[in-house]
Amino acid sequence: MSGLLEIRDLHVFLGESHVLQGVSFDVPEGGITALLGRNGVGKTTTLRAVLGLVPRRGSIRLAGAAIERDPTHKIVQSGLGYVPEDRDVFAGLTVEENLRLAERNGAARYDLVYELFPELKERARQRAGTLSGGQQQMVAIARALLNPNRLLLIDEPTKGLAPALVSDVAHVLERVAEAETALLVEQSLGVVRRLARSIIVLDQGRVVHTGAAADLDDEALVHRLLGVGHAA
Amino acid sequence: MSTFVLLTITGLGLGAMYFLVASGLSLIYGLMGVLNFAHGAFLTVGAYATWFTESKLGGISSVTLRFLLASLVGLAVGALFAALVELVLIRPLYLRHIEQVLVTVGLSLAMVALVQGIWGNDARLYAVPNWFRETTHVGGATIPNDRWLDIGAAVLVLAGLKAFLRYTRYGLVIRAGVENRAMVTALGIDVRKAFTLVFAIGGLAAALAGILSGVYFTEVDPGRGTSLLIFAFIVVVIGGLGSLTGSAVASVVVGLSQQYVNYYSSGVGDLSVVLLLALVLLARPATLAGRTA
Amino acid sequence: MKRALRIAGPVALVVLLAFVPKFGFGLGKALPGGFSSPGTLQLLAVCLIFAGVALSYDLLFGFTGLLSFGHALYFATGLYVADVAITKWHWSFFEACLITAGVGLVLPAIVGWISLRTSGIAFAMVTLAFAQAGAILVQKNPHSWTGGDDGLGYDYTHVPAAFVGVVNTKNLYWLALGYAVVVFAAVAWAVRSSPGHVWQAIRENERRVEVLGLRTRRYKLLAFVLGSFLATGGGVVYLLCVNGANPSVTTPDFTLTLLVMVVLGGSGTLWGPVLGGALYWYANQRLLAVGGSHAIQSLPGVLRTPLSQPLFVLGTLFILAVFFLPGGIVGIGARGNAGRRGLRRLEAALRGTGDAA
Repeated sequence: MSGLLEIRDLHVFLGESHVLQGVSFDVPEGGITALLGRNGVGKTTTLRAVLGLVPRRGSIRLAGAAIERDPTHKIVQSGLGYVPEDRDVFAGLTVEENLRLAERNGAARYDLVYELFPELKERARQRAGTLSGGQQQMVAIARALLNPNRLLLIDEPTKGLAPALVSDVAHVLERVAEAETALLVEQSLGVVRRLARSIIVLDQGRVVHTGAAADLDDEALVHRLLGVGHAA
Repeated sequence: MSTFVLLTITGLGLGAMYFLVASGLSLIYGLMGVLNFAHGAFLTVGAYATWFTESKLGGISSVTLRFLLASLVGLAVGALFAALVELVLIRPLYLRHIEQVLVTVGLSLAMVALVQGIWGNDARLYAVPNWFRETTHVGGATIPNDRWLDIGAAVLVLAGLKAFLRYTRYGLVIRAGVENRAMVTALGIDVRKAFTLVFAIGGLAAALAGILSGVYFTEVDPGRGTSLLIFAFIVVVIGGLGSLTGSAVASVVVGLSQQYVNYYSSGVGDLSVVLLLALVLLARPATLAGRTA
Repeated sequence: MKRALRIAGPVALVVLLAFVPKFGFGLGKALPGGFSSPGTLQLLAVCLIFAGVALSYDLLFGFTGLLSFGHALYFATGLYVADVAITKWHWSFFEACLITAGVGLVLPAIVGWISLRTSGIAFAMVTLAFAQAGAILVQKNPHSWTGGDDGLGYDYTHVPAAFVGVVNTKNLYWLALGYAVVVFAAVAWAVRSSPGHVWQAIRENERRVEVLGLRTRRYKLLAFVLGSFLATGGGVVYLLCVNGANPSVTTPDFTLTLLVMVVLGGSGTLWGPVLGGALYWYANQRLLAVGGSHAIQSLPGVLRTPLSQPLFVLGTLFILAVFFLPGGIVGIGARGNAGRRGLRRLEAALRGTGDAA
């Protein structure tokens, strides 16, 4: 089975720790695939490895083309959007500058972005460092949506947000899922159940389960793979 | 009072030179994490290129014109040399910061030796337009006009750099890169071009400092780059690595304190600057605890 | 058995070196004269001194991960304090050594205690600042003690007769050899001792060491003082060999040349800095002679000028070494990445986080 993104035998060492020990999976075209697992298991590292932000070994193919040898900026240019775990908006730049920086080849979809996040248009001249957590999250997502990407890599977009905002973000992602493909790292199972089509579960540096999002209805499975008391 | 005015203007003039060197250092370190010991070499190369060109333009009778043309050449040489250094020596060592620093160390030693070899250790006189040698009277003090040149140049460069950073795409990339280089690449931007540009800018500013120092001290010698570089490092560290405004403020502070302390306490000015650095670092070491990619 | 061999090797080398002044032959143009000539012995003596001083620097840089830009200060201290005491204060040689030793312990203790409040680049800058302060002090020539830019001669009547005069150059050579041996033994012993293990652990990952409950600052200070003290000793021996003090050793350039010696030779090893220091000085001196030789003089000006400048050649070689020989000379052929790993660790130490990724 070939997908939009094909990962084979991915290994990542951080210091002396063998974080990813031969991770292999496919991300199918269309909709959201959720990447799940306990804390610290390597989900964020997997996303960073795809982008080449950490040294890694293994095969990475995007729409059939091998990208593991390319430098990060080239990988991104082939059509990857990234929403990092800590948002990483540039605090000293304005909202508008943060977005402008993300422009690639002039096909910037400002209409879409301002439709999804009208507040960003109002705050265009505000320094991103003075925004609230939720607003920064909007900038981070808007940045990734600005260009028509083949695949979005989204890392815990609801982390640290108030429930109302979580719902807003989920709503945006629902819109996104209609037209684009995304690999979503998310701790909140409620969000995953609402948005994801398929799931991939990591444990101890390897993939231990792939399947449909409906698998999460199986409580025994959830308990086994993700531990007790996982956020609903 | 007039002494005070003279000291102040002179301090600002020196501070201007420090700023010109520090601005490049600060940007380079802020964006690339490279502690560029070869920056003094950019200064020396620019200064000597100017002197050399000037000496070959004997056919032109106007000293001012000769000086201007020679300066343009010196600035171009400084910028090109710096860009070349980045492309050939720094870029291949991407992310290997220690090796990058070491390479700049080796280059600084080699360049000074090369200049010594070609033109000897003795200082070379700068032929300077008369206006710089004349003086103006301000607040009862007699100020040599080259001080105005130094201050003016620094202000222009500061304004120019700020405008560049604010209004151009490369400026945007650099500002973002100083904050978080990895994220800039994760937006699909090839930061390496910005690196070369920053080196070129640094080389230009350092060459300008070299030329101005030639006017200020009426001569250049192979060691000029190194001696100004030390002060520039101090300025950059006090002002905050990566901060252009910080460097500007710090260079004023350093230039002024050097003059005042030197005068009012017979010669301990240089020492006081060094002490100032130590104090600043001890008070807030956190700002310097390493830059990550 | 292996332990015995490990000691036997260096010992044999020392014995061989001790006999050098008795060698009746020479190495042609490679040396200023035959082995037993004063010119050659003087050259070799200073090579040995720099071998020791480079190793004292690597104790900080290669073993403990402290990038200091001010090591020249301690070497200069040894040189100037001893010279001033003998020549300006007319103290006896013994008294001069005593005060130099005293300063050589107290000064790095104070400077180290202050500087080590920072780490990484900040530490490098603070050490640079202190060294610069020392250089300025020498230049100011307080009370005409230091001789300022002109340097200071020395009053040989206060120095033991065995170390005075061209005919006694071999004694100076043996003294320098003794110094190098002492430094080598001290550093070898220190890095194998338990504080030494802590130093190397600090270089790898300081945070982990702190988590273990160890006060890393004390260990760093210990390495700092020890390395500086050894360098001060080198300064005194240097004074005897060159008969005077000169401000060129107070400059940051001098510390940078120490850095070059250490990296060229191979940082983080015992023999690397020794080789680097000795070879650097040798090259610095003999390149001048070779530069004057026919082969170089007949080259076109464009090549001749740079090649007659020892520092240009050395700087260039250094750059090439950084690219192609990260483990230094000692690393050639050795387990490929050892040198590179050493530099990686140093990089982590420079970042102050101590996480060697």
